[in-house]
Amino acid sequence: MKSRHKKLLVIVLALAGIGIAAALILNAFQSNLVFFFTPTQVDKGEAPTGRAFRIGGLVEKGSLKREADGLTSHFVVTDTAKSMNVVYKGILPDLFKEGKGVVAEGKLGSDGLFTATQVLAKHDENYMPPEAASAIEQAQKAQKTLQQ
Amino acid sequence: MIPEIGNFALIVALLLALTQAILPIIGAQRGNLTLMAVARPAAQGQFVFVGIAFACLAYSFITNDFSVVNVAQNSFSQLPKIYCFAATWGSHEGSMLLWALILGFWTTAVSVFSRHLPDDMVARVIGIMGLVSAGFLSFLLTTSNPFLRLLPAAAEGRDLNPLLQDPGMVFHPPMLYMGYVGFSVAFAFALAALLSGRLDAAWARWSRPWTTVAWSLLSVGIVMGSWWAYNELGWGGWWFWDPTENASFMPWLAGTALIHSLAVTEKRGAFKAWTVLLAITAFSLSLLGTFLVRSGVLSSVHAFATDPARGAFILGFLAVVIGGSLALFAWRAPKMLTGGRFTWFSREALLLANNVVLLAAMGSVLLGTLYPLLMDALGMGKISVGPPYFNAVFVPLMAPALFLMGVGPLARWNGSSLPDMVARLKWALAVSVATGILLPLTLNGFNPWATIGIALSIWIALTVLIGFRERLKYTQGGLLSRLSNLPRGFWGMQLAHFGIALGVAGITVVANYQTERDVRMNVGDHTQLAGYTFTFQGIKERQGPNYRAAEGTVEVSKEGKKLFVLNPEKRIYNASGMPMTEAAINPNLFRDVYVALGEPLDDKAEIWVVRIFYKPFINWLWIGGLMLAVGGLLAASDRRYRIGVKAPAPVPAGVATQGV
Repeated sequence: MKSRHKKLLVIVLALAGIGIAAALILNAFQSNLVFFFTPTQVDKGEAPTGRAFRIGGLVEKGSLKREADGLTSHFVVTDTAKSMNVVYKGILPDLFKEGKGVVAEGKLGSDGLFTATQVLAKHDENYMPPEAASAIEQAQKAQKTLQQ
Repeated sequence: MIPEIGNFALIVALLLALTQAILPIIGAQRGNLTLMAVARPAAQGQFVFVGIAFACLAYSFITNDFSVVNVAQNSFSQLPKIYCFAATWGSHEGSMLLWALILGFWTTAVSVFSRHLPDDMVARVIGIMGLVSAGFLSFLLTTSNPFLRLLPAAAEGRDLNPLLQDPGMVFHPPMLYMGYVGFSVAFAFALAALLSGRLDAAWARWSRPWTTVAWSLLSVGIVMGSWWAYNELGWGGWWFWDPTENASFMPWLAGTALIHSLAVTEKRGAFKAWTVLLAITAFSLSLLGTFLVRSGVLSSVHAFATDPARGAFILGFLAVVIGGSLALFAWRAPKMLTGGRFTWFSREALLLANNVVLLAAMGSVLLGTLYPLLMDALGMGKISVGPPYFNAVFVPLMAPALFLMGVGPLARWNGSSLPDMVARLKWALAVSVATGILLPLTLNGFNPWATIGIALSIWIALTVLIGFRERLKYTQGGLLSRLSNLPRGFWGMQLAHFGIALGVAGITVVANYQTERDVRMNVGDHTQLAGYTFTFQGIKERQGPNYRAAEGTVEVSKEGKKLFVLNPEKRIYNASGMPMTEAAINPNLFRDVYVALGEPLDDKAEIWVVRIFYKPFINWLWIGGLMLAVGGLLAASDRRYRIGVKAPAPVPAGVATQGV
């Protein structure tokens, strides 16, 4: 092989490698994006079924119930307009509290029950997870426009 | 009075930084020695004044001066003194001051250890670092002044975020910043070379030890952060692909590419433009990391306040630094590039491949970190990118890089023969693949991920040993003296690569063979995990200096023999009322036993959810990471960096000389 051909081969191989890497990254990126929906959006049927997504809002007061195993908990997440039932098996984060903001990631069942695989509450007492805050804000804005 | 002295010192430091930035660079362009001579004293003076400012702030924290806003917001009278001191950098303002202090430290270090460099180079390097200092100091003074007074003074502080009240807080941020800011030296050297028009091997050799030290310290910082998260967060994880972690990981990936590319530039004179771009990239990513973590863009522990003025300043600063340096590159670089040639199977080519993979990895982290922020900022919906994405991308990207890591150090500069390489490495390859397949089979059945990880780990370890053997083949004398005669650069590289082998082993084993259990436990209940029996013996109340804790007692035994007792805690901090989980860990070289308290299930707090982990080989991860850093420091101390200004003697073609 002439050195010019060799050089060409190296360049082609390098481009192929970069191409494969880029395809891999973008493919993984697309299939692992997790979208966020507010309970109102979920109620309208905008959220996908069969694909994981995130919801956010407040944990409704008095809604937290535990099953006898101590690990499975049921609670209601609300954006003050609409609510949804959530079930989660595992230890809830330290800052999970009724009346406080929460974000949960999981899948929506056909029965409307959201099975969370991860529950996030933020690291600071006075701090609302931004997603939860925006869910409530959107819901309240929507309510105001309805009233007018 | 003390905070006012601090504020004044900061203003003096800014003026000195401007002097340090402007005069020496003008002097260097005009060949004026008097102006160039300003660089060293100005830099050292700037460091002294930033040091005074920092000492004033630390003093305010230690003496609980709640008339300073920053202290009132981030400290507490009952806070242990060591955390009062660490709280100095626990806030946004304080951490920016720490940034400026560390930048002053690096600049002063350059001014002291640059006696053998040409005056104009030193003047330009220190000048450019002065520009960065001036940027940070004006940021502090205009948007983030840590010395603002609170009138009337608060009676009590709001306490440091309990998550930060950990020994990790004392060491992790300064170490991380030493790394971040250290890349400013590589950046300054790159820009100085562009300004001077001399982009040669000597430049790469001056820049190399600084870059390697910065990279090593960044590695230590990241390893400590990971260890801290593992110990403190109570989730048993050691890496979460959290944006704040990614913010430190991106400069590390770019820095890793940079130290390898610098090796090629120094040894072969090739990849000059690439190396300069990497130096700019590494420092820009450090700034981006600071921006992401400190401006409140990310909502997490690290984000302290959301203030648009700060965000705008840092974004503008970032634009000036990146845009300015790229413009300089576009203007100057084409004139001085006389690229070195290289053949397709040589150490240069393999290092280039490593660079490409590292940058692809960096790009994937950047995409996953910034894309959600961008979508949010543009109002296009909220999305998140979690660990599944990063894991899906990282394993296939890193596997070829780790494989090449075994080949690269054994290849010769300027061309190796592939059949010869196959002959040298076939046994190592066979052994590592065989072990990779067989070991998981004996443990738990076939597992492709475990096979890849174990095979790569053993592959790297074996090639390190082969590297030693080949280096020693032609030397005379006793083994010990032959080993100690090898250059430190070679030792450093081997140690760092061996650290990677240990780290890969640790990650693979813990990811594939850890076991965990969340279990409801009443006093006297038992549970089993990984052959250990855990007995819950109840909860005691304990009073800490600034918190109340429910301290659990869990006795761990194996085959009826009592081994040790673990005391996990659930704390409630007095000032904030914030709960915190404090895990209890029994470590040894081959496994950690990790117990954390979940939540009480009854009103009397006798029944608890307890989380138990068995983490095999997790400590290999930290040991490997530290070895990586020690390797870097060792390589940077190689004596050839300390001798003479002269360019290195030309390397005869086809001869492997000094290690990378």
